[in-house]
Amino acid sequence: MYGLFLRHFYLIKSSLPRVLDLIYWPTIQIILWGFISKFFSIYSDYYNNTLGIILTCAILYDILFRSSISFNMLFLEEIWSRNFTNLFIAPLKLKEIIISLIFTALIRTLIGLVPAIILTSPLFGISILKLGFPLLILFLSLYIFGITLGLFVSSGLMRFGPSFENIAWSSLFLLAPLGCIYYPIEILPEVFQIIAKGLPLVYVFDETRNILINGLVNYENIKQAYLLNLIYLIFGIGLFYLSFLRARVKGTLINMGE
Amino acid sequence: MTIALEIINLSKTYDTKEAVRNISFKVNENEIIGILGPNGCGKTTTIAMILGLLKPTKGKVLINGIEIEKQRVDLLNNLNFISPYIELPKKLTVKQNLEVYGRLYDVKELEIKIDYLSEKLRLNEFINKITGELSSGQKNRVSLAKSIINDPSVLLLDEPTASLDPETGDFVRSFLEEYQKEKKTSILLASHNMSEVERLCSSVLMMNKGSIIDQGTPMELIQKHGRKNMEEVFLKLTRGLV
Repeated sequence: MYGLFLRHFYLIKSSLPRVLDLIYWPTIQIILWGFISKFFSIYSDYYNNTLGIILTCAILYDILFRSSISFNMLFLEEIWSRNFTNLFIAPLKLKEIIISLIFTALIRTLIGLVPAIILTSPLFGISILKLGFPLLILFLSLYIFGITLGLFVSSGLMRFGPSFENIAWSSLFLLAPLGCIYYPIEILPEVFQIIAKGLPLVYVFDETRNILINGLVNYENIKQAYLLNLIYLIFGIGLFYLSFLRARVKGTLINMGE
Repeated sequence: MTIALEIINLSKTYDTKEAVRNISFKVNENEIIGILGPNGCGKTTTIAMILGLLKPTKGKVLINGIEIEKQRVDLLNNLNFISPYIELPKKLTVKQNLEVYGRLYDVKELEIKIDYLSEKLRLNEFINKITGELSSGQKNRVSLAKSIINDPSVLLLDEPTASLDPETGDFVRSFLEEYQKEKKTSILLASHNMSEVERLCSSVLMMNKGSIIDQGTPMELIQKHGRKNMEEVFLKLTRGLV
């Protein structure tokens, strides 16, 4: 028994990322739910349709989550199956890899989301489709940001190898409190507000709530979200190319997954 | 004779460690060259630079006269690789894996090609089985099929018969001999199996600590070092055994 305890204790003791990982999840959960609770305790009558708004925002957040995780999973699956090297010795341009991952991530995202969207109607009497045409714009914006995050994480995986895997899982949860999914940006402390304003999520979710509460579309929010998306996407693609070049110098593409 | 693969003054340094030191050699068309050396001598690093997975610190890799660093993706159409340390997706069937790689290498008449490979490499009995459920000998044959699916002009083999039983090992070696004669492929073979090297290779490069320490035909090396076989030559050169 003590031997088995030691086996895991040595593993934790020798790895700072593992220790940080143990601390990270409860911290993020508490921060997120802390902000949600704060919002509802101050503005308990803010939403007429609380369930509808919370569920719609949760589904929209899942678009971001699924698209990013799908992108990362496609990369990680090649590492886990020790097929990574085979892919990088095939005559594929980096842009071809990126495009195929983007397309496959879209399919995976839709497979995961469509049943959830369908279920909310009979279970809760809520349909995300009520957002109408703006839903497509919001979906696309979240999807672009999701694959951009996927590009960042994949760049890290390529550059640092499988040890970067934990970041792949945890990066999205860090954005949940800052993305202001369920509450307006004003709930965040001022310093967090400055960071949050640099995220397209804030504008997407602000606009979602605006459409659901007021029935109007503020294209300023959407414009801002797309502008930020474009900047991050360009940066993400650049980082992916740069990481590939660095991985070729450092040798991390060889025997990845061993 | 046409040179399929040419390595010129190739070096790779990681921070301060020199993994490969200024090596040069050629592989002619329709020739099998062996590359031997102890673990960590620089064989895999050399192969990785040939495949464009690793950027050389110094020197050049030419495939059919073109530098890999200049046209990496185009030249990868003419290369392929097999290693026991790299696997095909485990959840896909053998046929699905071959279809995927056939598409990646833009193989024409893929169905015919897969049928040909299935017959030649005796994959038919498990072509529709999940790759992860195959024995190591079967997986090895599937990987070999993947490595020649594009009929590469230069084929890099890293321990192609490692962990195979004698019968399967012999089957793979016989297949490689036959395939190489038929397609006139240039092969660089890294192996720890000395009898395999003696059987297949027309010339051998001996590597140690990142450098080529000797080269010649297996017979030349055996005679030069006054040994009975390549295994003794290997031990003498790498361990300094007298």
